Amino acid sequence: MSLAEPAALPVAASAPPRLHILKRFSAGFKASLPAYLLLLPSLVFLALFTYGAMGRVFVDALYARATPKAPVRFVGLDNIAAVLADPAFAGAVVNNLIYAVGTAIPSIGLALLFALALARTNVITSALRAALFLPVLIPMVAASALFLFIFLPNVGLLDYYIGRLLPVLPNWLGDPDVALYAIMVITIWKNAGYYMLFFLAGLQAVPEDVMEAAHLDGASPWQRLRHIILPELRPTFLFVTVIATLNAVTQVDHVFVMTQGGPSNATNLVLFYVYQQAVEHYDIGKASAATLLTLAALMALTALSFRSIAKREGGP
Amino acid sequence: MKVTNPFKRLFADAPLATRGEITPKLGFALVVLIAAIWLIPFLWMGVATLRPPSDGINLMAELMPSFKPTLDNIRDAWEIGDFPRYFLNTTIICTGILLVQFVTVTLAGFAFARLSFAGKTLIFYLFLMQLMLVPVLLIVPNLTLVATLGLYDTLTGVMMPFFASAFGTFLMRQAFEAIPTELEDAALIDGASVFQRIRNIYVPLSLPSFSAFAIVSVTSHWNDFLWPLMVINSPDKRPLTVGLSVFTKTAEGTQAWGTIAAGTLIVIAPLLVTFLIFQKRFISSFVTSGIK
Repeated sequence: MSLAEPAALPVAASAPPRLHILKRFSAGFKASLPAYLLLLPSLVFLALFTYGAMGRVFVDALYARATPKAPVRFVGLDNIAAVLADPAFAGAVVNNLIYAVGTAIPSIGLALLFALALARTNVITSALRAALFLPVLIPMVAASALFLFIFLPNVGLLDYYIGRLLPVLPNWLGDPDVALYAIMVITIWKNAGYYMLFFLAGLQAVPEDVMEAAHLDGASPWQRLRHIILPELRPTFLFVTVIATLNAVTQVDHVFVMTQGGPSNATNLVLFYVYQQAVEHYDIGKASAATLLTLAALMALTALSFRSIAKREGGP
Repeated sequence: MKVTNPFKRLFADAPLATRGEITPKLGFALVVLIAAIWLIPFLWMGVATLRPPSDGINLMAELMPSFKPTLDNIRDAWEIGDFPRYFLNTTIICTGILLVQFVTVTLAGFAFARLSFAGKTLIFYLFLMQLMLVPVLLIVPNLTLVATLGLYDTLTGVMMPFFASAFGTFLMRQAFEAIPTELEDAALIDGASVFQRIRNIYVPLSLPSFSAFAIVSVTSHWNDFLWPLMVINSPDKRPLTVGLSVFTKTAEGTQAWGTIAAGTLIVIAPLLVTFLIFQKRFISSFVTSGIK
């Protein structure tokens, strides 16, 4: 790492400092040129679609859309104020928080359970892993098509088999009090098998001899889980929590297919709100302001875990 | 000691965490039950696809297969949706993204793995940022850009934001770092250029990493929905996911649930079959992927 930094190289005290730095800089650039050329193709696309996009979100959020009467004009923080004052946005944020917590905790808990039960490899555990992993592979749109029928009132799968046991049948996707939880079920079904893989990988790092020793010392399964396995899995937990949070903000395909944010905005999530502003209301300024707020929240969150992920990836 | 009872062997294979206690049996049984529940949507899809429409809506939820299976639903779905076209578009999108990604991640991965250059740490963190800034969040500015570039309603427009991949770069960097430098030194003495060394040494020795990356990349773009939905306007340029959502909307109105099940089956079958054949490889690729 230190070799990569020109600043880390010692500067000879006798040389005229200014010229020396320039010389060093041009020599450093010349030596680095092949690397820059190799990085160029990637950097062009990153510049356009990641950093450039970030910059445009900032700029676009400061401008109002063109109307028949007025062209695009600078409005400063008005868009952000408008988004913050929009009850639909506040509703989407609250929905998204409920959705994030309500999908992350069960899917991570299930993933841990799956991994603990299926840690050993044999024919049966492999088949079970595959069964639990299948939902990960199908598009959210396809999952939504299947769950549309599962949640169909009266004749749907859920009502047909379980609904008969309930005194009152809710209209799963039509009732504002239930719809958000219904779409959460799909997310849990779809993601638990994905997170399971990370716990399975994490379990392999648990030292066998420590487990063996604890077993011989008469530690109960709960004690072993609590004092050996869970501490060992801490990085996995952190990592999976970040992924689950990102997923909760970025996976909205089922909202498009199943509810369109309804009934009465009960399933409106932040990204769907952004989409509505941009595509349905042609209000790029407001959509950008909402994106900016979401990004800020996510950045703050990921910054907290940045160090551990950077550690996981290893420095250059 | 030979264990004859298959169930005993099963529990002998329970994880160390819980081996030899009563909890593993309960926990394992619970996971078996959940796995069965997890498969119900797939089971329903299969059963409903083969159910004759004459069974009516009231039997639609029945998980017992019909005794008179029919392929009518598949034929209907095939006629209503333009599936061959959707398949073609999705295949073009995934292949196009992957081919460009192979070039970009190989070159960048090599630079990070083997070259030292000014600003390496800074550039590394610029790449790392892409993992945090999930592209789907930037759809609004990226849609504006794609439109400015004249790529709105084109498959190239759908592909372009994914041409560079930080995840792929890091994966290839790791693979290249594992290759002993002695191999390269020999080639250097022979006067091989950077590209020759990448092509003849690094790429052939990193094929497992390339295939892991290919699996994760293709799976994720095969399933992409929101971005192509925004970029594509013409019906004949729709990928599978967008096609399926339009198809579902249409068939939902007519309560043609057997047809919806058939359409869903058509869309997910290729990836599911590939997975069932290359299960191990898929699972290990997803583990290596960490961050998609």
